[in-house]
Amino acid sequence: MLRLERRPQNSRTMMYLSPVFALALTLAAGVVLFSIMRVDPAEALYAFFIEPLTTTYGITELGVKATPLILIGVALAIGFRASVWNIGAEGQLTLGAIAGGGVGLALYEVEGFWVLPLMLAAAIAGGMAWAAIPAFLRTRFNANEILVSLMLTYVATLLLSYLVHGPWRDPGGFNFPESRVFHDAATLPIIVDGSRLHLGFALALFVVVATWVMISRTLIGFQVRVIGSAPRAGQYAGFSQNAIIWLTLLFGGACAGLAGVVEVAGPIGQLLPSISPGYGFTAIIVAFVGRLHPLGVLLAGLLMALSYLGGENAQISLNLPLAVTGVFQGLLLFMLLACDVLIRYRIRLRTRSAT
Amino acid sequence: MSLEILVATILTIITAATPLVFAATGELITEKAGVLNLGVEGMMLTGAVTGFATVFFIDNAVLACLAAMAAGMLTALIFAFLVLGLQASQVATGLALTIFGIGLSALLGQNMVGIAYAGLPKLYIPFVSDLPVLGPLLFNHDALVYLSLALPLAVAWFLYRTRAGLILRAVGDSHDAAHAIGYPVIAIRYMATLFGGAMAGLAGAYLSLSYSPMWVENMSAGRGWIALALVVFGTWRPWRVFLGAYLFGGITILQLHAQAFGIAVASQFMSMLPYIATIVVLVLISRDPTRIRLNAPACIGKPFHPAA
Amino acid sequence: MHKRAFIKVLSGTLAAAVLATGPVSAQDPTKVAFVYVGPVGDHGWTYRHDVGRKAVEAEFGDKVETTYVESVAEGADAERVIRNLASKGNDLVFTTSFGYMNPTAKVAKQFPDVKFEHATGYKQAANLATYSARFYEGRAVIGTIAGHMTKSGIIGYIGSFPIPEVVRGINAFTIAMRKVRPDAQVKVVWVNSWYDPGKEGDAAKALIDQGADIIAQHTDSPAPLQVAEQRGVYAFGQASDMRAFAPKAQLTAIVDEWNYYYVDRTRAVMEGTWQSQDVWLGLKEGMVEIAPYGDAVPEDVRAAADSVKQAIIDGSLHPFQGPIANQAGEVVVAEGETVSDKDLLGMNWYVEGVQGELPK
Repeated sequence: MLRLERRPQNSRTMMYLSPVFALALTLAAGVVLFSIMRVDPAEALYAFFIEPLTTTYGITELGVKATPLILIGVALAIGFRASVWNIGAEGQLTLGAIAGGGVGLALYEVEGFWVLPLMLAAAIAGGMAWAAIPAFLRTRFNANEILVSLMLTYVATLLLSYLVHGPWRDPGGFNFPESRVFHDAATLPIIVDGSRLHLGFALALFVVVATWVMISRTLIGFQVRVIGSAPRAGQYAGFSQNAIIWLTLLFGGACAGLAGVVEVAGPIGQLLPSISPGYGFTAIIVAFVGRLHPLGVLLAGLLMALSYLGGENAQISLNLPLAVTGVFQGLLLFMLLACDVLIRYRIRLRTRSAT
Repeated sequence: MSLEILVATILTIITAATPLVFAATGELITEKAGVLNLGVEGMMLTGAVTGFATVFFIDNAVLACLAAMAAGMLTALIFAFLVLGLQASQVATGLALTIFGIGLSALLGQNMVGIAYAGLPKLYIPFVSDLPVLGPLLFNHDALVYLSLALPLAVAWFLYRTRAGLILRAVGDSHDAAHAIGYPVIAIRYMATLFGGAMAGLAGAYLSLSYSPMWVENMSAGRGWIALALVVFGTWRPWRVFLGAYLFGGITILQLHAQAFGIAVASQFMSMLPYIATIVVLVLISRDPTRIRLNAPACIGKPFHPAA
Repeated sequence: MHKRAFIKVLSGTLAAAVLATGPVSAQDPTKVAFVYVGPVGDHGWTYRHDVGRKAVEAEFGDKVETTYVESVAEGADAERVIRNLASKGNDLVFTTSFGYMNPTAKVAKQFPDVKFEHATGYKQAANLATYSARFYEGRAVIGTIAGHMTKSGIIGYIGSFPIPEVVRGINAFTIAMRKVRPDAQVKVVWVNSWYDPGKEGDAAKALIDQGADIIAQHTDSPAPLQVAEQRGVYAFGQASDMRAFAPKAQLTAIVDEWNYYYVDRTRAVMEGTWQSQDVWLGLKEGMVEIAPYGDAVPEDVRAAADSVKQAIIDGSLHPFQGPIANQAGEVVVAEGETVSDKDLLGMNWYVEGVQGELPK
């Protein structure tokens, strides 16, 4: 039997080594899984992890796919540190897309450098407004933010559906459920020629750095950490729990809203009935796999994005069904989350002598 | 609304609420022990496909339900090992379990698509089942519906009337104190998590064997998430969770009826109603903070390590 | 080659037995790819396209190589998937959902040598064809059956989303039904999903409770048919022949039949005769089929349905032939006129006999 023994302090070595172990274990699990599927494991693993990155286009696509995950993951990580459970980032993303995209449509064919910043600001406001509802209901009426934020996700999705099926349809689009394609002034600039990598990726990197500075260098970051680990101590120190709830939820809403508008004003280019394949939920995993640290979230977001690209690629190159991708992704995440145990614990063989 | 329509509507609400009751009550026990498992959707789907496959291969409804429960427990065991054995983050592991379960069920069900099953038999009691109104309303359901009615009763009795229930709550409220008294915190959490898995699996079996007897990928369509929300909605009380499931199911069905009546409101707004109603009712019942705090397990989601 | 070298090393370390196999045939096979919006296991829309893909494989054997990517979200992911398929040497790429229109058009511009085919859209290019099925022709046939078979005069219609495709189907059904039974009404319930068996079944129950004795659907799962079977009313299958799910209740089904089209277009690429086009094919061409009638359909109703089908096939009947009245009872399509394809494509109004209102 194995036994966990608490380390006197967290192991720095293991902080860097544990993802390596996790990857090794995932590869081993992958060999078993793909052998069962009667696919050459080497080819499958190559298709998953290496092939998507063999072209410049592939690498830029990694950035495109990771952008919303990183943006939302970073913000959620702050909330999770303070034990504020915003699991409705998907809804806040949708509201961001509606608000930002709505501005873009209202200013259709209006030229000017200010159109895009206005869209971004509207999206941030939209995401924050949607997150303000659980914040208000939690601080004022004590209503649990898990439920409120989750339920509002469904409401947001239906609201978007109503808009693109009804009033916001493209007038020249035969009543199909999609908006006009945004004009150039309402579209994010591309930062690598010939690719889809857009300004949103740079924004995401900026948010990573800014958040890092905020939590490590400012009083707010300190308060978040204290409230999260010892709420009572935080209250004695005079930190307001309500203020932290408002702050973390609004920050989460702002980043999710931003992620929403960079998707629609970036790679999508218009409003559609569905604009996110669950980025708001996936970002929760990204936040934890990144150990709630901005830099960790950046890496975790890229890895998660790679696993999606790899899954598509495995379907294209090897005809592996999507179901296998899901199982493999699950395994990868299990291993990554499990191996972090090594940072705080030693694993020992259980001996009979003790007790 | 005539009596006949009323009865029929209530019957529809019962079938819509039953899977939610199973999954939410199971998750309630898990959470009461201090473990937050967000992987309900994944466990439900694994249960659904396993139940359907069992009926397909050995044509025995009881075994199919048991197999679905076992499948739910197995997936819950993966989760429990990671979060209890290896101290992994509960929120993230639960979400990973959902991704895993969606993939696994699709993989297992590849050859089950397009196969028909008649559905679980209704329990017919001579004479009583033929009564007008009461007959269809009370005495003409399949066994799982009756089980879902008994479940909150059993769980409420277990939690508040038995010593084991007291210990389970103690573990969820303060694992350090429970450990100091000598209760096996980790073992109890394992069991609570497995129970949650079994009930999610059974909810899945209800979907694929009774609600819409077939297997198609992703057929739970988000019901696992609703179940999670209902536990919070019910403030960790079995009967309130049960009522929540009926409220949610009820409004879902009523908005369909309203549409069929020809109400001139965009259907998207009608579809929002169950979600908005859940929030509104939660706000109304949450206003008294002391009552909520007493029910919410204090240690939910927090890792425990019995270090000396 | 770098990739092969890498695989060899990896194979060695992992002691994997199987080596990568490369194509050995003298002539490279024609590569055909499909992008699906749902999982192949949905037993509905995507499932039928995958049946078509398999028909291509069966027809050409090892002269063809097919690939599919399933559950591709209609958002940012679609363009990448389509582009990857194009850059991986596929000769022909089918994108099988409306939401792929703009990404397909964009990628088609970047890969002029690859042929693209987009289902249900309206943007063409020299290497981008569009194809769609006149499912509404099938709806006219089942509407005829419904008109004969309904006793209550109320038909329940389960809709997915209020888009022209679905509205067109509801109207074609209603027009045909009221030719047989002028007082019959169609009640529509939208479930806001293509694919949620539980909710589709619940919608069917609600409609039956409100007096519908026949259920028609424009959603993907057989759940409404199962409900109809349990409740002892009739229903129509969608996308596939769903008789197995409702042996008594299914009167017939509208079957999506992509096989011939996919085989034809693949052959055209092989023979070098592929040309861009915009086709909208129906009962005549076999892209829409009517499944065998259920036992409950009496002889005279079969004959009536067959004659409507035949009339549509030989062109003597158009499902949207005037006079057609709107919900207010005003004649909007005069006698002797028919609704043009362009107006059909964007249809967003209900004909007389449909209850409820469309969002504007």
